[in-house]
Amino acid sequence: MATFSYTVWILIIPFLMFILLGLAGHKLKPKLSGLLGTSGLAVITALSYITAYLYFFQTDKIDDVFQKITAFNSTWLQLTDNLHIDIGVLIDPISVMMLIVITTVSFMVHIYSLGYMKGEKGFERYYAFLSLFSFSMLGLVLSTNIFEMYIFWELVGISSYLLIGFYYEKPSAVKASKKAFIVTRFADLGFLIGILILSFNTKTFDFITLTDPAGPAIAQGSGISFMGLSVLTWSMIFVYMGGVGKSAMFPFHIWLPDAMEGPTPVSALIHAATMVVAGVYLVARMFPIYALSAPAALNVVAYVGAFSSLFAAVIACTQTDIKRVLAYSTISQIGYMMLALGVSGYGEHEGLGYMASMFHLFTHAMFKALLFLGAGAIIHAVHSNYMNDMGGLRKYLPITHLTFLIACLTIAGIPPFSGFFSKDEILAAAFSHNKLLFAVEYAVAGITAFYMFRLYFNIFWGEDTRYDHTPHEAPATMTIPLIVLAIGAAVSGFIPFNRLVTSDGKVFESEIEWGIAVPSVLIGLLGIGIAYILYAKKNSLPDKLAGTFRYTYKWAYNKFYIDEVWLFITKKIIFRYISEPVAWFDRHIVDGTMNAIASVTQVVSFRIRGFQSGQLQKYAYIFISGAILLAVIFIYLWH
Amino acid sequence: MFFIGVYGFLTRRNLITILMSVELILNSVNINFVAFNRYLYPHKLEGFFFTLFVITVAASEAAVAIAIIINIYRRFTTINVEDVDTMKY
Repeated sequence: MATFSYTVWILIIPFLMFILLGLAGHKLKPKLSGLLGTSGLAVITALSYITAYLYFFQTDKIDDVFQKITAFNSTWLQLTDNLHIDIGVLIDPISVMMLIVITTVSFMVHIYSLGYMKGEKGFERYYAFLSLFSFSMLGLVLSTNIFEMYIFWELVGISSYLLIGFYYEKPSAVKASKKAFIVTRFADLGFLIGILILSFNTKTFDFITLTDPAGPAIAQGSGISFMGLSVLTWSMIFVYMGGVGKSAMFPFHIWLPDAMEGPTPVSALIHAATMVVAGVYLVARMFPIYALSAPAALNVVAYVGAFSSLFAAVIACTQTDIKRVLAYSTISQIGYMMLALGVSGYGEHEGLGYMASMFHLFTHAMFKALLFLGAGAIIHAVHSNYMNDMGGLRKYLPITHLTFLIACLTIAGIPPFSGFFSKDEILAAAFSHNKLLFAVEYAVAGITAFYMFRLYFNIFWGEDTRYDHTPHEAPATMTIPLIVLAIGAAVSGFIPFNRLVTSDGKVFESEIEWGIAVPSVLIGLLGIGIAYILYAKKNSLPDKLAGTFRYTYKWAYNKFYIDEVWLFITKKIIFRYISEPVAWFDRHIVDGTMNAIASVTQVVSFRIRGFQSGQLQKYAYIFISGAILLAVIFIYLWH
Repeated sequence: MFFIGVYGFLTRRNLITILMSVELILNSVNINFVAFNRYLYPHKLEGFFFTLFVITVAASEAAVAIAIIINIYRRFTTINVEDVDTMKY
């Protein structure tokens, strides 16, 4: 049995690369630093694939269950005798799956960026940040305990902040990076509270102990109740709040569309494929607790996911910036994953939703990264983010066109592409659990197909827009990742996830449920059809429709004014009624006390400095009179 | 004799005279030591030894003090204590 101790290098290599490129990058040639970063990532990609192969096919299962292996562990902070924070590496089905996702997408993005970012200022800084991100994301998925995960969680947040703000001369990028950081930070506060409640009640941080269905953690925490729900449920809701922030679920979704200010490959890597699914991963990681002792929290997960997916899909239909459409589509798809987790049970076939969620996470990472990279190639060619500036591009960008089409078909759930399989599993899981949520997701599947093909037809079909210069196909460094990811998106549906990644590690049988698959394909085709009628040729129908539903359209176009609501809450309520009194207290009471002490000291010392006259005999006079006085006291009064 | 010394220390303005007053104080203490030792503890010798010790210290103290006074004179061209008040606030 392999020990997997080499997996530590998966973390060490990108970290060293970050230090190297961060400190010495400006001395290297930009091209060299890019190649260094890429080759470092190639090594860890290879390591991850080896790990996955060894883990899934070479490691013996015990009782048909994939074992959780702690490949490396060292105690970092000993808080009490049995409560300690470790730093380690945990290998189990979902972490291995995430390794594959992260390293594959990250590697493709590294190669792609060689072409996309060519000649940009701060090329080596970009690669240093990418390495930092890869390090922290891999650390997040390999964490052995929830506190280590929290540390890497914040590291991912900071690298996302750095990369969104990569074009720091642009005020909008700076604003977006701040927004992303503050919003997620705010949600992470909930995560931290959740961790504290959880560890206080279960006396452990360790994932293996926490999620052991027969372990003490699950039994202990559920006893005490608060406001009708057990303390464990509350802590899981708080933990989920962190996931809501990171995964841009409603109501913390506002940062993700703005995060598109960053370079497009970054959007593909961080804001589509890896970091934003950290929330899903978090729920999956804690899944036994959710499923077995906090079903109320699991319902919250399901409803938040369903609402976000519907909400974001509606907004996506009205946006004109292609990256924003993709961002809302990401929110919508992550909502799918959350919902799938929310409707899942624990163990064997009950855990269908869990498996479907992980499956969708995998396929989504492939096709969404592909969509973003394709969008990057289009933007690279047209120099605009707005689809009004595009049209008829299929003649100019044949490779991009083909791969983009594959990605669109995948996300719309058309067989035999991978999105069909994963979406089918999710719908099946939702159908057997909750008919309402199933209906929502069924509608969202149609809307998804509609807005993706609206994008597709607007960009690649329609009339030729007059371009300043003829758009040309991207260089090979950019098209090769597109092709690789397109193959991944097309065939990853055939990976038998029910044999690899399941809620309790056991294999179960699942097959395509045609009763659900056929209608879902039909609604996908319907969405495509509507999009074709509206957008394939230039006509006045879309404008007419927008005119008919003017208010709805305006609401959706302005993202239902959620940004404004948040602004109102922060500026008008939090700043005015909490921050300002606190600031006043600080300025007047706290500072005032300190100033008063200082000025009293000063005044008193000015008064008494006359004694230091420098007159030696005056000192002596006082000294001797004091001595005589003391002598008198001692002689006459000391009895 | 002690109080003559104290009086001189407090009232004279000349540093040399102040030094002489200090010597007076020290000598008065010496005489006290000898006298008390002789009458109170006639079989012991500590008082005498202490006196010898004080004389030694007084001699070296006088040497140091005169060196300081010479330096003060060089710097301020006076040995009047009231004019030497640089070390005030």
